[in-house]
Amino acid sequence: MSTAIPLVTVQAPRGGRAVGLLRGTGAAGIASAAVILAATVVAVVGPALAPFSPTLPNLALAFVGPTGAHLFGFDYEGRDVLSRLLAGAQSSMLGPLAVVIGALVIGTLLAVIAAWRRGMVDAVISSSLDILFAFPGILLAVLAAAVFGAGLPAASISLAIAYMPYVARVLRGAALKERSQPYVAALEVQGASATSICLRHIVPNVMPLIVAQATILFGYAMVDLAAISFLGLGVQPPAANWGVMISENQVGIPQGYPLPALAAGACIVAIVIAFNVLGERLFEQAQGAR
Amino acid sequence: MTDPGGPQEASREHQAGGAGDQPVLEVSGLRKEFGDLVAVDGVSFTVRQARSLAIVGESGSGKTTIARMIVGLERPTAGTITACGRDRSSPARSARVRRRRGGEVQIVFQDPYTSLDPRQTAEATIDEVLRLHHSLPADRRRSRIAELAALVGLDERQTRALPRALSGGQRQRVAIARALAAEPRVLILDESVAALDVSIQAQVLNLLADIRDSTSVSYVLISHDLAVVRQLTDDAIVLHRGVVVEQGPTASVLDAPQHEYTKRLRASVPRPGWKPRRGALLGAGKEPVQP
Amino acid sequence: MSETKGRGAARTGERGTSDEGRRRSEAGMGRWVGPGSREASTAPLLEVDGLTVRLRVEGAQRAVLRDVSLAVRPGEALGLVGESGSGKSMTARAIDRLLPRGAEVSGQIRFDGADVMTLAGAGLRGYRNGVAMIFQDPRAHVNPVRRIGDFMTEALRTNLDVPAGEAYRRAADMLGQVGIDDGERRLRQYPHELSGGMLQRVMIAAALLTEPKLLLADEPTTALDVTTQAEVMAILDDLRREFGLAMLFITHDLELAAAICDRTAVMYAGQIVEVRESALLHDDPLHPYTAALAAARPDIAQTAHRLAAIPGRPLSAFEAPEDECAFAPRCPHARDICREATPELIGLDGGLSRCARAADLRGRLRPELAEGGQSDD
Repeated sequence: MSTAIPLVTVQAPRGGRAVGLLRGTGAAGIASAAVILAATVVAVVGPALAPFSPTLPNLALAFVGPTGAHLFGFDYEGRDVLSRLLAGAQSSMLGPLAVVIGALVIGTLLAVIAAWRRGMVDAVISSSLDILFAFPGILLAVLAAAVFGAGLPAASISLAIAYMPYVARVLRGAALKERSQPYVAALEVQGASATSICLRHIVPNVMPLIVAQATILFGYAMVDLAAISFLGLGVQPPAANWGVMISENQVGIPQGYPLPALAAGACIVAIVIAFNVLGERLFEQAQGAR
Repeated sequence: MTDPGGPQEASREHQAGGAGDQPVLEVSGLRKEFGDLVAVDGVSFTVRQARSLAIVGESGSGKTTIARMIVGLERPTAGTITACGRDRSSPARSARVRRRRGGEVQIVFQDPYTSLDPRQTAEATIDEVLRLHHSLPADRRRSRIAELAALVGLDERQTRALPRALSGGQRQRVAIARALAAEPRVLILDESVAALDVSIQAQVLNLLADIRDSTSVSYVLISHDLAVVRQLTDDAIVLHRGVVVEQGPTASVLDAPQHEYTKRLRASVPRPGWKPRRGALLGAGKEPVQP
Repeated sequence: MSETKGRGAARTGERGTSDEGRRRSEAGMGRWVGPGSREASTAPLLEVDGLTVRLRVEGAQRAVLRDVSLAVRPGEALGLVGESGSGKSMTARAIDRLLPRGAEVSGQIRFDGADVMTLAGAGLRGYRNGVAMIFQDPRAHVNPVRRIGDFMTEALRTNLDVPAGEAYRRAADMLGQVGIDDGERRLRQYPHELSGGMLQRVMIAAALLTEPKLLLADEPTTALDVTTQAEVMAILDDLRREFGLAMLFITHDLELAAAICDRTAVMYAGQIVEVRESALLHDDPLHPYTAALAAARPDIAQTAHRLAAIPGRPLSAFEAPEDECAFAPRCPHARDICREATPELIGLDGGLSRCARAADLRGRLRPELAEGGQSDD
């Protein structure tokens, strides 16, 4: 018989799930969420917002500083930097999104299968993941670019594969814990199928952890994809992309025109920090709730 | 509560010779090894319709392992388990067999805090089981949920609440309703009232007695608590280190225990006027401590 | 509170607990009072007086203990019984100075005349040597990577400056006292090599090594099997009497407390609702809650048609109404008077009862008259 005084009494959640999740992350978490939301809006409508053509070069204006109508000046080919930033948001955000979705779907699937079957299946999945851990994402992306050609799809797929073991490892622990709960045993005794127990009970119960993982990974993926684009293996110029912008404007830095490269870098840094802060807060919350 | 089978029984005393003779659960020569450890060894018993059997034992006696083998959560090393005339010693091969077995034997676990999905309301919990076992239209399911909730004494607000908004006793009622939703012939109560406060335990024990009186469900009560065993069961087997040491009607096992272990178990229960005595666990030849 | 007759009335205004103890002595139940207590047979060893504790619960400071008063005399065993949330463990934590941060405490705790709440440094260490604790889960209270001997002798070596060899000898002797043979070998073992019952006996031995005056036992046998419980309780009981140790025994099990303790206090919703000689508690309770608790427990000797369940669920102190009887909503005997104010703890027939109708109900709470049949939540 429990003798502990229940010091924490849980109330029914107020408002939506997302709101409930965010409320616990504090001011920093909410500010981060605002940054991410703004970036998402720009990614969706950005190209339409661009005041000038993001791709039409005008070499006469190369590395010209900011003016009234061109807040961030012009890049090395004389294109409006602000317009390129706005237009580039889409591929800069879409790439990490694809990486995260891919890594999460496969990672969750493997984690839940390992947790459900336990024994041999778990051992095989876990050791395969350990092997995959050994491959750095960038290396995988370089290999993929060499085989399938450079571009966002190949880069995203290889990063997704590289990130998947991290997701699977964290979620396997959580899923194993959920798997051993008596309510899962009760459903098994009822005759419910493994698929239905996993999809309707285990996955939803580890969802807070999945969301936290997704958020943290998004930041990493953005940096790695920018690096891949910087190397010229990701998004191909002249298409606008923040990683590409750093790469193509780096020549301006030693020449005293750092703004175009820095502006793109600042966008990446701001969003990565926002995702990391929010992700850490969500992760702590998910762990705390367990 | 609709009757899963058999006629309604007004009085349990009258069942011994009638429909109650029909065995609903038969266990024979059950054995379970975990590596070198023999957890359960040569356990056999029969549970008849609307009768209740207690499996009494302390930790490590193998009583919970027996429960887990009966409901298919563990696979027996040897021996047979037959429920409603059908063998269930080996894992179910198809979804249909799994569901059928679920409709024969159900279980209520000890800890009311972990035996419910924290994200599911009582209503949704019961509904999921109804969907699994019966193809009923939505309005029939709703009325069945209301019936089951009324049977276990949950009000409408509690039925719509998530587990965290319910007390331990209320959660255990939800777990009982979930088990009954499958209309099982046998309900295994694995220390189901052990974690509850005394005042709540009495409510749940009364509820279980009511359910048995209004249906012909049989109970297998796994318990270390002899008073609870006395209250709820007709027959008892006493398990010690995986072996049955005594077996018989609950009243005679408790009132006139034959085996040394049962006697010791009985003598260890605190009651008015009871004084604990040293030496029960110490072997002979050890010096009692003198002041 | 009547404080008029009986031998050795030393304190007045003590909410009647010493009055209680005196009656116990008169009834001849004080015969186990140990040698250490003879010179001060009436002054309480531990006194809790009007203890109220407020903690932050759900974003507000709320009372988890309300006006708890009790006294344990030298060599006496007092049981403290209650369901979840009754405050029995919180009382133990307050006595051991283990309340969570931010707790607001009013009232007094005195041990051997010293104010426990203001102890610090050497005084606090001395107090902790004088009050030994035994917990429900021994494994959570021993360091798994240290040997039993190391654990058992730590307090002797560090607090009492006993040489290591002497400390180990005493520890091995004490293991013999709690029925563990081969003490020398056990001292070299690690906690994981011992069973739960064995480890709890080690905890008892360790607790007795510093020669405390009071044993604070918080559900020491709840996690143990019933036969192991009987063994451990017997050891605890024997040694307590042998060493003349007072004990505050905290449990949810009314029958266990009644069997082990001289007197038993029953808690409900953060308050003490009854204090009674254990021998009378079951058959002649003073408070309807005690009666209901005893009646709700199934009887091993006979099958009841229906158990006398108490409707509703046990309330935590912070959920209970502040200005009426906390048990009234579940009480079959509740009348309007019960909802007018929180009843005082009043002396009655040698015991104490926090029931506005206690005098009215005398003789009507015996188990054979218990009302049954309520099973609603």
